[in-house]
Amino acid sequence: MSENLLILLAPLTGALIAGLLGRKIGAKASIGATIAGMLVSAVLAIQVFLRIAAQDGQVIHEEVFSWIVSGNFKVHFGILIDRMTAIMLIVVSGISTLIHIYSIGYMADDPDEPRFFSYLSLFTFAMLVLVTADNFLQLFFGWEGVGLASYLLIGFWYKKESACNAAIKAFLVNRVGDFGFALGIFTIFLVFGSLDYDQVFQMAGSGKFKPTVDFLFFGAVDTITLICLLLFVGAMGKSAQFLLHTWLPDAMEGPTPVSALIHAATMVTAGVFMVCRTSPLFELSETALGVVTIVGAVTALFAASVGLVQNDIKKVIAYSTCSQLGYMFFAAGVSAYAAAMFHLMTHAFFKALLFLSAGAVIHAMHHEQDMRRMGGLFKKIPMTYGVMMIGTLALTGFPYLAGFYSKDAILESAFAAHTSVGTFAWLMGMMAAVMTTFYSFRLIFMTFHGQPADHHACDHAHEAPWSMRGPLVLLAVGAVFAGVVGLPVIDAGWFKTAIVLAPGHDALAHSHHVPTWVKVLPFVAFVVGLVAAWLLYIRLPTLPGIIAETFRGTYRFLANAWYFDRLYDWMFVSMAKKIGEGLWRTGDETIIDGYGVNGAAATCTRIAGWLRSIQSGYIYHYAFVMVIGVLVLVTVYT
Amino acid sequence: MSLNHYLVLGAILFTIGIFGIFLNRRNVIVIMMSIELILLAVNINFVAFSRYMGNVDGQIVTFFVLAVAAAEAAIGLAILVAFFRNRATIDVEEIDSMKG
Repeated sequence: MSENLLILLAPLTGALIAGLLGRKIGAKASIGATIAGMLVSAVLAIQVFLRIAAQDGQVIHEEVFSWIVSGNFKVHFGILIDRMTAIMLIVVSGISTLIHIYSIGYMADDPDEPRFFSYLSLFTFAMLVLVTADNFLQLFFGWEGVGLASYLLIGFWYKKESACNAAIKAFLVNRVGDFGFALGIFTIFLVFGSLDYDQVFQMAGSGKFKPTVDFLFFGAVDTITLICLLLFVGAMGKSAQFLLHTWLPDAMEGPTPVSALIHAATMVTAGVFMVCRTSPLFELSETALGVVTIVGAVTALFAASVGLVQNDIKKVIAYSTCSQLGYMFFAAGVSAYAAAMFHLMTHAFFKALLFLSAGAVIHAMHHEQDMRRMGGLFKKIPMTYGVMMIGTLALTGFPYLAGFYSKDAILESAFAAHTSVGTFAWLMGMMAAVMTTFYSFRLIFMTFHGQPADHHACDHAHEAPWSMRGPLVLLAVGAVFAGVVGLPVIDAGWFKTAIVLAPGHDALAHSHHVPTWVKVLPFVAFVVGLVAAWLLYIRLPTLPGIIAETFRGTYRFLANAWYFDRLYDWMFVSMAKKIGEGLWRTGDETIIDGYGVNGAAATCTRIAGWLRSIQSGYIYHYAFVMVIGVLVLVTVYT
Repeated sequence: MSLNHYLVLGAILFTIGIFGIFLNRRNVIVIMMSIELILLAVNINFVAFSRYMGNVDGQIVTFFVLAVAAAEAAIGLAILVAFFRNRATIDVEEIDSMKG
């Protein structure tokens, strides 16, 4: 067994031990087992990262075992570690380890600790399978695995009805995306006859495939565009993009470490990773890239606008995540995959940091999540305040922190793309950047500044234990330095073979030569957002209420997240319920029960009832039948 | 008297016997008498054909039939007595315990 395989298996072992033996060995041993597994995985991941990314090592490609062999359909379970995977490995293992440690403190009072840690490690395993996959089926396996872990963890507090509903919602919305994803994989196999990245990308690059395929009732469509759009539907589901985003805010019903790990830092970025990974395909279809750009840009703006008015501390960060994922997608859409991966990495650090600090605040406030009931906390929990401020500054693009480099790279690439969709994305991204700063500082000001809304809770607020503060500090360090250290990532050709660019798709390379005003504008956006937030929430704290009252329609529209939930409820949920009820009442009770099972039984009874009356019990009737029988026989045989 | 007369008599007796069974709604003894009539009709036919064809086989069979009829009457009446003791009736309408 190679050490590369051990990166995957260590978390799985931890998950199995904690999950299957958790009751027997107790909470402490379970936590120890999972964290040990995570540490092994993280250390090996760092080692691989150093070898591949820092020292320019070979791409690792191993076939572990033959997985499915059926006719000409052959899939093996493999490990592919190039520079893109190496970044993901370090992000996933590293942050997951920190969050395991953080959870020791956060989940200390929970009676189901072994289950929680088991799920966390299981998630990490699935995510690592996803990023190390060397074929589409293994990617799909990891993809579904993280979906499962996400479902289990959102519904971790299964006695809470809202948590169960949120879990089901997340699972169902992801099914929609996964359906597209699965169709995409089928199409790939249909067209290329293989699911291995190497073979598919090679064939796609050399143009040896059918240029069009028939798809449903659309007739013949461009093969690559179809594949890419189907794959992108999967990415939209997993990465909570516009139209399929509704599950992400609800997913905050899960424990906060889960929100940090799965619904901010790692799982939701799987879609971005997948699009970057399949860049050899996406590069061949301008249409698909255009769709990716537009969806990403719309998501960035939409989620940011909704984040402006949320009052739940976790929901603000959730919409922020959604918005930042939009940034990553439109970066990928303008072929700046490296910038997307770069932002994915920096975002993982500062968003995990923000969620975990939000968790520390919630912990300090005794499970209060409504920001309107907080305020003035910075004196009580100065350290949490400090790290959260770092996270916020990193997110909003304060100079020299993580987000500054990655977000600017994305915006400049979008501008430098010099296409209509690129410019559209740049505009959207710019507006979203102002909003990002506004809602982030709104969160900080409402939570930490001003007068305490609830004096009792505020007086009892306390700093989190060291098991929680340690990871916060490490993540804060990451949020500060990930940008500077990771900057080489967006240099041309850093990803080597992992990213393929079509000729002319050089937005990222040109992003260094954009006009100065484009470079300065993100900082202006930061200042505008900050000043606006300061004015509204520190200087004139009564103003937000007045604005909300004046523009009531707009406020409601934003507070209800553009009424998407209600729209879907009306379009799909109630429809599905009606169909379900129809099938139940008509299909099941009337047709199957009425005419089928019970109907057959009733018919038998009825016919038997008629036949029964023949058997009257009177001897002369029987005798009569006998005579008739004799007569019939005599007539027939003579 | 030709053969036909005998056969017609047999047929009439047979029909009376059949109708005796079916139209009888009152008691079982009538049914047994009807059966005797049917057997009698058969006997007349046997004897008539025996005489007509100059062959004694039919008359021999007639004796067998008489013996069987006697045995049947004895057993039937015995059953009837037993039945009457149990149910205190021999009314045909009441005898329907085989009803489905």
